[in-house]
Amino acid sequence: MATNPMKIRASTKDGVTEVKVLISHEMETGQRKDAAGAVIPAWFITELTAKHNDKVVLTSEFGTAVSKNPYLAFKFKGGAAGDKISVMWKDNKGETRTDEAKIA
Amino acid sequence: MKKETRYALLAIPLAAFGLAGTTAARADAATDEIARYREMIADGNPSELYAAQGEELWKTKRGPKNASLEQCDLGLGAGVVKGASAQLPRYFKDTGKVQDLETRLMTCMENLQGIDPKSVVAAEWLKGEREKMAALVAYVVTESNGAKINIDMKPAPMKKMYELGKMAFYYRSGPMDFSCATCHGDTGKRIRLQDLPDLRKQAGAAAGWGTWPAYRVSSGQFWTMQHRLNDCYRQQRTAEPIYGSDVTIALSVYLAATGKGGTVLTPGLKR
Repeated sequence: MATNPMKIRASTKDGVTEVKVLISHEMETGQRKDAAGAVIPAWFITELTAKHNDKVVLTSEFGTAVSKNPYLAFKFKGGAAGDKISVMWKDNKGETRTDEAKIA
Repeated sequence: MKKETRYALLAIPLAAFGLAGTTAARADAATDEIARYREMIADGNPSELYAAQGEELWKTKRGPKNASLEQCDLGLGAGVVKGASAQLPRYFKDTGKVQDLETRLMTCMENLQGIDPKSVVAAEWLKGEREKMAALVAYVVTESNGAKINIDMKPAPMKKMYELGKMAFYYRSGPMDFSCATCHGDTGKRIRLQDLPDLRKQAGAAAGWGTWPAYRVSSGQFWTMQHRLNDCYRQQRTAEPIYGSDVTIALSVYLAATGKGGTVLTPGLKR
């Protein structure tokens, strides 16, 4: 199944860059059942990595406790307007997606 | 964590005033928490994800005629999206009908793309053509965020729809003998801990009409106004209206006319 793009916004102020990411993902826990009583298979993001240019600034492990269409905000030191921010996630089905944005 | 402790402390002195006081305080606390949550994720309203898909879809060539919706006239001229949904529902001369956003989009899909409106009407919520419709709606209403609710009540069919909508609002039906007004026809009412807007008044109608379509966090779904109104009927345990039927448009006209002048804050963010 095709994945949908993330919305990434990044802005820098006083040497600190704030990154806000809105991720499109079902984040199905595997605990729910459909109308017919069959278990809906688990489908969730397991890893998420963020890079500033080519340097990794955030690595994280996601699990089933994270909501559908998650929102993530974080800050790191450094970064200048025009720099590239890229965010990559990987889910338990092995699917990955990477999206990019420039620091405003 | 800090917040929780504060509420725990608050509850003790309030308990002395009896049950009513405690419930009211809890209701306020819940409303505050929802407001705080909204503020927190104002930058991350997941509606944006749907709006992005909708914008893509708006520009995508689809249907038997292999055309995009870029020439769709939502009332402000062909292709004008900015501010258009704040002025809907509207009487359209070309179709001779009062149309809300969804039915107008169906007209555009039929005329420009050759997509049969039945494919939307017959689809299930959040599936197939209705899912695509929801994305389109998310895109269009995002372009009216901050505008004023300003529907044109001058044409006679609009007045007729308003009267019909008002009648539908007070019309009781179903095993519970509920009408819209049962829950939304009084000030200061609530269901569980949720405040209910008084839709008879300008402020209430503006708050209600102006914040839908919206993303519902609890279900992780984006709901159009058609979906919202349909669910009101479902909750009344009565017959659910046909997608895009006159009664849904009439109710929309009644709400938008009552809330006229209020600010459009779409797409909204709901619990």
